Amino acid sequence: MEKVITGNYAVSYGAKLARAQVIAAYPITPQTSIIEKLAAFCADGELDAVFIKVESEHSAMAACIGASATGARAFTATSGQGLLLMHEMLHWAAGGRHPVVMGAVNRGIAPGWSVWTEQSDTLAQRDTGWIQYYCESNQEVLDTVIQAFKVAETVLLPAMVVLDAFVLSHTSEVVDIPDQAEVDAYLPPFRPRWKLDVDDPHAFGALVTPNEWFELRYKIQQAMQEALEVARQADEEFGRRFGRRWGVVESYRMEGAEVALVTSSTITSTAREVVDAMRQEGIPIGLVKVRLFRPFPVPDIIEALSAVDKIAVLDRNLTFGQCGVFGEEIKAALYDSPRRPPVFDFVLGLGGRDVTPATIRQVAEYTLQHETPEERIIWVGVKR
Amino acid sequence: MNEEQFPGHRPNLVLPPEEYLLPGHVACPGCGASLSMRYALKALGRKTIVIIPACCWSIIAGPFPYSSLEMPIYHTAFETTGAVASGVRAALKVLGKEDITVMGWAGDGGTFDIGIQALSGAVERNEDFIYVCYDNEAYMNTGIQRSSATPWLAWTTTTPTAHPKDEPKKDIVGILAAHRIPYAATATIGYPEDLIRKFRKAQSIRGAKFIHLLSPCPPGWRSEASDSIRLTRLAVQSKVFPLYEVENGRSYTITVWPDPEVPVREYLRLQGRFRHLTEEQVEMVQAEVDANWRLLLQRAGR
Repeated sequence: MEKVITGNYAVSYGAKLARAQVIAAYPITPQTSIIEKLAAFCADGELDAVFIKVESEHSAMAACIGASATGARAFTATSGQGLLLMHEMLHWAAGGRHPVVMGAVNRGIAPGWSVWTEQSDTLAQRDTGWIQYYCESNQEVLDTVIQAFKVAETVLLPAMVVLDAFVLSHTSEVVDIPDQAEVDAYLPPFRPRWKLDVDDPHAFGALVTPNEWFELRYKIQQAMQEALEVARQADEEFGRRFGRRWGVVESYRMEGAEVALVTSSTITSTAREVVDAMRQEGIPIGLVKVRLFRPFPVPDIIEALSAVDKIAVLDRNLTFGQCGVFGEEIKAALYDSPRRPPVFDFVLGLGGRDVTPATIRQVAEYTLQHETPEERIIWVGVKR
Repeated sequence: MNEEQFPGHRPNLVLPPEEYLLPGHVACPGCGASLSMRYALKALGRKTIVIIPACCWSIIAGPFPYSSLEMPIYHTAFETTGAVASGVRAALKVLGKEDITVMGWAGDGGTFDIGIQALSGAVERNEDFIYVCYDNEAYMNTGIQRSSATPWLAWTTTTPTAHPKDEPKKDIVGILAAHRIPYAATATIGYPEDLIRKFRKAQSIRGAKFIHLLSPCPPGWRSEASDSIRLTRLAVQSKVFPLYEVENGRSYTITVWPDPEVPVREYLRLQGRFRHLTEEQVEMVQAEVDANWRLLLQRAGR
């Protein structure tokens, strides 16, 4: 069934179709309509879940952890400051191996206040042990929520489905809502082997001495590595059943490309237009979209990018004292590649500043005109 | 045991025989928190899930892969007991396992201080679990630092005797009662029957329950391990820690009357953390305790 819905509602429908059993959430712009819709689903009896209206995001994640540890499929959504407040418990969810799934709407971090899109909030959580997907369209958002549960519950790590504030969260598109029966066939009920069970009592999260701590961390890394293949398979299976695939990394018009734009989230859609236009002009340019950010799909990145002459990474984020996060990650991935084309790291669109086709054209032309970047960060449109 | 050693002691103490606290736990000698857990679990029985935030009990329960409890335990972050317990209860509901008791088990730091937001949120939502604060009146697991549960004028490592704690203890039961929760109570290990009765009563009530346990800590209180039980009885008899319950935030009942009544001095003198108190300060503490007792009597309609 097709519906015209916002990106936020696409998250809500995804969680509903995944049959989330416990939802714990706290309102924050621009995420709020996700949980409003879920509250309505629960109130109307369309979703058989317990919705805990917690008093903070920290408690939202803690409640999801408690629910997941008891054997329920748990879901939450947040944004910006709320995600930062959760930080301690994000580590806890991953360390406890609780496959909680979250809708995370990118928002600039205060001060000063910003409600507009920027990836710095979710990228600041990259070391927490959460699987992270960055989505381009509302359809991809809905599909990814369902896939995220499948991947998370297979490897026992939590997963974050990320979407841009307003550009996606509050923008309506036509979205195909899959049949519940099809989703049920794709995503079986969550039945963890280990849970809080009075008939099989265990202690979870006790003090761990240096004798075992190291191994527990090793296992999280193993699970993360496994998640890459699981994510590929989950996407393939999704494609077979629903007729749509998104890939962990997508190459667009990369045949014979000498310059590659590397994008994530909604900037990708704009960049596709620019690539189409430049191709029409005979310029050998293509695009590589990074959908799965954690685990970082290093082999897929190397395969997609190692043949080009130059790489332009578009970063709507910044790690102070280094550069854009995708730029940093792409450079790190390519170090393992036999070919290491120069990587131009463009920081742009922070705090929701518009990234238009003209902005992306500027990025592409700079890259075409320079052998190597003049600076580690190439600032696009900053008023110095 | 005899009357002389334990004034007011009633013989023929009857406790449930089941043991859910296993030998080999790593509590200090004379630890009130370990005995508190033992009694609490005797009252609640096997079908209980225990949530433990950072506190002495994170250690007492035993390091991975051991456990000193027969019940499932979830160890969680310091400030999250109320929220994790809410999530556990929600999951049990959606999974159709309604006959299980959920108990949060936190120290005073995790309750009075860092965990009060999640606790307040959970009880305001009237979540169906028992929140227990075993109160040893300071951050004992980190080595005796002041919390907002530390008594007025007490020594801790962050309130040295030159500048002992200058603020009275927070009225945590009053705060919980103000949330109008179905059940709040105080209890302590020197009165195990009263304690067990309150845990069973809490278990029989749906909604949010709060039990505040005074829990001696010999290293932190600078007291003898052999005095822990005696101290809890003196705390009750001196009215420092009255035993009462509050139903629906309004109906106060004193469950154990101080008998015999003793001056606060008797309670203070067994504890090194009060050794620096002058006569005048002891009188000040007595006046504070008397005022609190009058307020409790008023609330209890006496």
